[in-house]
Amino acid sequence: MRNALTIARREIAAALASPVAYVLFGAFAFLYGYFFADYLQSFVEAGMRMSQMGGFSGGTLNVNTDLIRWLMASTAILVLFLLPLLSMRTVSEEIRSGTMELLLTAPITDGQIVIGKFLAAFALYGGMLALTGLHVGVLFWFSRPGIAPVLAAWLGLALLGAGLLALGLFFSSLTRNQIVAGLLTFGALLVLWLVEFAGARGGDLGRVLAYLSVTGHMEGFARGVIATRDLVFYLSFAAFWLYLARESVRSRRWRG
Amino acid sequence: MEPLVQVDRVSKRYGRTLAVEDLSFGVAKGEVLGFLGPNGAGKTTTMRVITGFMPPSEGRVLVGGLDIAESPLEVRRRIGYLPENPPLYPEMEVTGFLEFAARLRGVPRTGIGPAVARAIERCALGEAREHIIGKLSRGYRQRVGLAQALVHEPELLVLDEPTAGLDPKQIHETRKLIRTLAGERTVVLSTHILPEVAVTCDRVVIIAGGRLRAEDTPESLVARLGAARSGRGTWEIETAPPADAAEAALRAVPGVARVEAGPETAERTQVLQVEAAGDREISTDLARALLEAGCPLYGLRRGGASLEDVFLALTTEEAEANGTGDGRGRSGATGEDP
Repeated sequence: MRNALTIARREIAAALASPVAYVLFGAFAFLYGYFFADYLQSFVEAGMRMSQMGGFSGGTLNVNTDLIRWLMASTAILVLFLLPLLSMRTVSEEIRSGTMELLLTAPITDGQIVIGKFLAAFALYGGMLALTGLHVGVLFWFSRPGIAPVLAAWLGLALLGAGLLALGLFFSSLTRNQIVAGLLTFGALLVLWLVEFAGARGGDLGRVLAYLSVTGHMEGFARGVIATRDLVFYLSFAAFWLYLARESVRSRRWRG
Repeated sequence: MEPLVQVDRVSKRYGRTLAVEDLSFGVAKGEVLGFLGPNGAGKTTTMRVITGFMPPSEGRVLVGGLDIAESPLEVRRRIGYLPENPPLYPEMEVTGFLEFAARLRGVPRTGIGPAVARAIERCALGEAREHIIGKLSRGYRQRVGLAQALVHEPELLVLDEPTAGLDPKQIHETRKLIRTLAGERTVVLSTHILPEVAVTCDRVVIIAGGRLRAEDTPESLVARLGAARSGRGTWEIETAPPADAAEAALRAVPGVARVEAGPETAERTQVLQVEAAGDREISTDLARALLEAGCPLYGLRRGGASLEDVFLALTTEEAEANGTGDGRGRSGATGEDP
């Protein structure tokens, strides 16, 4: 674990020393802020319409189910598009600059290298998610939403991110070119996102495709429901790609 | 002496290409072993196998009695490795990077500070301590590379072309540093620069085409080849151009088989290469003939076999045997790719 942390620490310091992390944080803050403002506006307008109708519509508005839920679901899509930028350089850059030779001849295992890289990327992603706390905090200031569904949504986003970063790490370990790694990751995530729509057609194949959708499993979390099947999906998804990433790093030794 | 490294019938294939074939040699504790070969001979591959970067396709490597394949981490802890391109993170400061390297190599937390200070002192990096690696000159980067290989005080140092790309002063300093490491540490270094071997190494392993060609001290390699060639003395004679008269005079000396005009030197003198047929000592005869012909004599050197001759003879053998080489040409040796 110490070895993985050594690698993670260096990785985080390197990311914070380069503009990449800041650009990414900035882009995320901007886009998330836009979503937040947009959803809040709709929420407020819906509230005003409802009060004008004098409650005849028969419905009530809830900050949790009518605002935070949709916000979190949209955040999942945002994360899907931004995380390849965070994961693409992790291993590619080491291969390109030759520092992979330092890591592979150090007394550490290939698994520790992969875990270290993963932890660093995940920590940076955690920093990104912390930004969302600001906006959600504002909601708590002016109203009284339930805290539990919000925590569940954050857990969901964390798990989703873990899965995406693991996948990105694998593609990064395939090539010395981080742009190629980023595009491969992005392409793979696009496919894993679109299967959700293909899965909507139903049938046995549809059910399988729907299960594979990376964002589909986020819906429950966004509603505040922590389902075992979603937990299992994300954890096994992350484990699967981390395993492949380790095998890919190992194979680099054979190929030289 | 007990060998620290034992390379045992190692072969390495990349797909269909055979980079190293059935290579065996040992490195004794405390010695500096020079790993010599033309570009593409399999030097880097062999070093990568020794450092545990890649497993051999066949054979095994023992370091301190441990098989790399069986206890990779234990073996890697004892090795410091400087690859051909120093593995450096350009955005890090020198000290920060060396701390990282020390931690990565398993130096205990409390020992990291002193270990880094020692490495900085050893490699004369004091001035660059807080500089960003990406902004350092090539010479400094090479030293940082050396420092990261040394920082955990490894028993075995593996240096791949440690002086490549340095200026003459830096080369001199690096060689001096390597010499000071010998004795307490075992060093394996690769190079294609011949004088380097003579200056820094106790023993030489020459490989070409992925195979072992010779393994001995630099001196006895030269002696061995010299013996094999006895009966063919060579001389280098320096005179003034034009050298037609001098050539004619030298040809007339009994025992001379061949005279050839060499290059004109920077001092505007002419070098003549003379080859004798027998093994009779004709140095004085050559000098007398030249002076009697009224030609100036600026220098006369009796050529024995040099390390370069040994190297060329050993590394071109295969090319000759295959009929692909042009006799003694350098191109035959360097043309082989792994």
